[in-house]
Amino acid sequence: MLDWWLPENVSTYGREIDWLFHLIYYITGVTFILVFVTMLAFLVMYRDRPGRKARYTHGNTTLEIVWTVVPALILVILTLLSVPAWSKIKMTMPETDFVVQVTAKQFNWQVTYPGPDGKFGTADDKTLLDEMHVPVNKVVRVILKSQDVIHSFFVPNFRMKQDAVPGREIRQWFEATKPGKYEWPCAELCGFGHSGMRGWIYVHTPDEYGKWAAENLKAEAAAPATAEAKADDPKKEEKAKK
Amino acid sequence: MSASSATAHAHDVHAGHHELGFVRTYIFSTDHKMIARQFLFMGLFMMVLGGLLALIVRWQLAWPETAVPGLGGILKETGGILEPSTYNMAFTMHATIMIFFVIMPILAGAFGNFCIPLMIGARDMAFPFLNMLSFWVTFSAGLIMLSGFFVEGGHAAAGWTSYAPLSAVPSYTGVNWGQNIWCISLFIMGVGSMMGSINYITTIINMRAPGMRLFRMPLVIWSLFITAILLLLALPVLTSGVAMLLFDRTLGTSWFRPSGGGEPLLWQHLFWYFGHPEVYILILPAMGIASEILPVFCRKPIFGYHAMAFSMIGIAFLSWIVYGHHMFVSGMSPALGMAFTVTTMIIAVPSAIKTFNWLGTMWGARIQFTVPMLNALAFVSMFVIGGLSGIFMASTPVDIYIQDTYFIVAHIHYVVFGGSIFGAFAAIYYWFPKMFGRMTNTALGHLHFWPTFVFFNLTFFPMHIIGVGGQMRRIYNPMQYEFLQHQQHWNVIITYSALALGVSQIPFVINFFWSLFAGKKAPLNPWNANTLEWTAPSPPPHLNWGATLPTVYRGPYEYSSPESRDDFLPQSTPPVGAAGARRH
Repeated sequence: MLDWWLPENVSTYGREIDWLFHLIYYITGVTFILVFVTMLAFLVMYRDRPGRKARYTHGNTTLEIVWTVVPALILVILTLLSVPAWSKIKMTMPETDFVVQVTAKQFNWQVTYPGPDGKFGTADDKTLLDEMHVPVNKVVRVILKSQDVIHSFFVPNFRMKQDAVPGREIRQWFEATKPGKYEWPCAELCGFGHSGMRGWIYVHTPDEYGKWAAENLKAEAAAPATAEAKADDPKKEEKAKK
Repeated sequence: MSASSATAHAHDVHAGHHELGFVRTYIFSTDHKMIARQFLFMGLFMMVLGGLLALIVRWQLAWPETAVPGLGGILKETGGILEPSTYNMAFTMHATIMIFFVIMPILAGAFGNFCIPLMIGARDMAFPFLNMLSFWVTFSAGLIMLSGFFVEGGHAAAGWTSYAPLSAVPSYTGVNWGQNIWCISLFIMGVGSMMGSINYITTIINMRAPGMRLFRMPLVIWSLFITAILLLLALPVLTSGVAMLLFDRTLGTSWFRPSGGGEPLLWQHLFWYFGHPEVYILILPAMGIASEILPVFCRKPIFGYHAMAFSMIGIAFLSWIVYGHHMFVSGMSPALGMAFTVTTMIIAVPSAIKTFNWLGTMWGARIQFTVPMLNALAFVSMFVIGGLSGIFMASTPVDIYIQDTYFIVAHIHYVVFGGSIFGAFAAIYYWFPKMFGRMTNTALGHLHFWPTFVFFNLTFFPMHIIGVGGQMRRIYNPMQYEFLQHQQHWNVIITYSALALGVSQIPFVINFFWSLFAGKKAPLNPWNANTLEWTAPSPPPHLNWGATLPTVYRGPYEYSSPESRDDFLPQSTPPVGAAGARRH
């Protein structure tokens, strides 16, 4: 049933998140049904009727121990099951040669590719606005920054979310498993333009990506304008439109 | 002590009471019961405002960028259409008002004040003057908060969490004095709350009637005692935090602004170090209220009294070390996140214990479906849903996806509306006879409860669904996102339900004011309950009891005890065969 609600998952670790989601969904669902059926049954069976006398009892130690220990065990197991996925997603950084820098600002994502020299902060860097192009089945490392307030990098189809905090560089990664165009909203309130701050992540097949990179990353590398200035232009246009 | 001498004395006291004059009786009163009523009226008035703000937010989400009915006169420039900045202000102030000026004044302020002296057998609070000051300080904070709507640039619009640096630099939101006023108001509110909490703690420790041992205290007193401790320790952290934020905004300090060497996450640590105990400040009194009302209308002792008290103490301790679960994807160390997962999962255990004990109380009971009981049952069932949905967030990997979505909005409303507000309604219906000396109307009570229960669920349950679909909280227009467009019909359903939920409160307002003036006179003990407040006249006079204070002989939940021919055995009734005849 949840599969109708959750957006399609197209990342490697998304599967583990979805699996945990479903597990908790079924555990809480069963608990919910048990508690509610019991409660409704009690409400009907023990409703006030003439001649009915309530049972005089202050509790039952065995029962109370059981309903303390059983939920505690289930929760410990859930914790243990959550640890591997968490440490894989947030605490380890797979080796990769594909690194992009994302700098959030009110109200855009600025995506910087290092250019042919593979280094950031050099003249051949290339900055795009609100779009990121990546190859499929390739670990992408994102260096996440913000130049004003807190934003949050959210790609529903990747099950990925990470706040961008001004003054920090936060390293994240993802690996997309299916080519396509995926919406990339900001998930943290960042001002009056928060709603509508979104970009697109294009996941290409390796061939397509190579073509795209050849046209867009290398060809313009020699252009004299700096990446910063370019990034600013489209924003001004957008403001003018408003 | 005979009933007649008690009445005579009460008349004496009453006569003396009148000599205080109108101002000292109704405005600057030091009587805990009058202060309780003042907090209640303040909270209910603010609830109307907070509710209307919520409906404005809902209108925008269902029918984005269309004119909100009734706002044409206020938002003249846009003809009633919300702009994004106005929308941000509306949800920021909805949450701020509901949390700080509705639930805290009603649960901790009104029922804390009303119940504590009456239920432990004290004549008033330990520091009556401080008590009065606490109300007027809180009231001033409320007025200051309201003034923010009238300043240029509008009221605070950075969310009730006011994450820095969005909240710390005026140009990021375009809000200038609104956010300053938000800080000042919460600072003052924090001072008022501190006065109240010191008073509660002192009163409970020192002023219990003879025989009222700690483990003979009603559970609602336990819950208010623990709440007061949390208030005392948590609110100063917020108070310091908003002062630092105000300094960043006005004096050029850099606590939270990275440009001056500050740290944005420091705000979040301070805010949630206060904010998570705050969630329990909002829910613990409601737990106490439910634990109080269930035994009365089950005609049965509470199941596991000690477990109930200890689980609340457990929640209070754990509430200090779970706050990091609000910050799993904030940039805080992921290793720390893992530690917070463990504590967060553990805090679900005492909540589970409480739920099962409430069920145990219903087992073999003789359940009377009165209006307060229905609201208490709604509290239990809605709290179960809110508790279970919390487990999704406790699992860090799942939280990565649902953080900042409507799933969180659904969760908090199940806990704070389904929990705290139903608890508040239960308390109002239950203690109204004692508080105002008149019964509420049962038919109107049902007419209020049933639609509220149904439309509450129709409003907030679908929020889980759109949250799982990925809808972010605090967005202005879901239709701006392609991946959310297919579920927009849910937003329309939610808004229709929210409007109906709002309309469902009309019978409550009618019932409240009609009963206040024309309700049936309340007897001493209309619910046949055991606790001490039901031995005082309805409404209790100044100083509550006549010449002698009640003496306590037993715990508060001796219903259907074999010791008594009635199905209840009040705490102050001497045991059979003990010196002195039974009262009455």
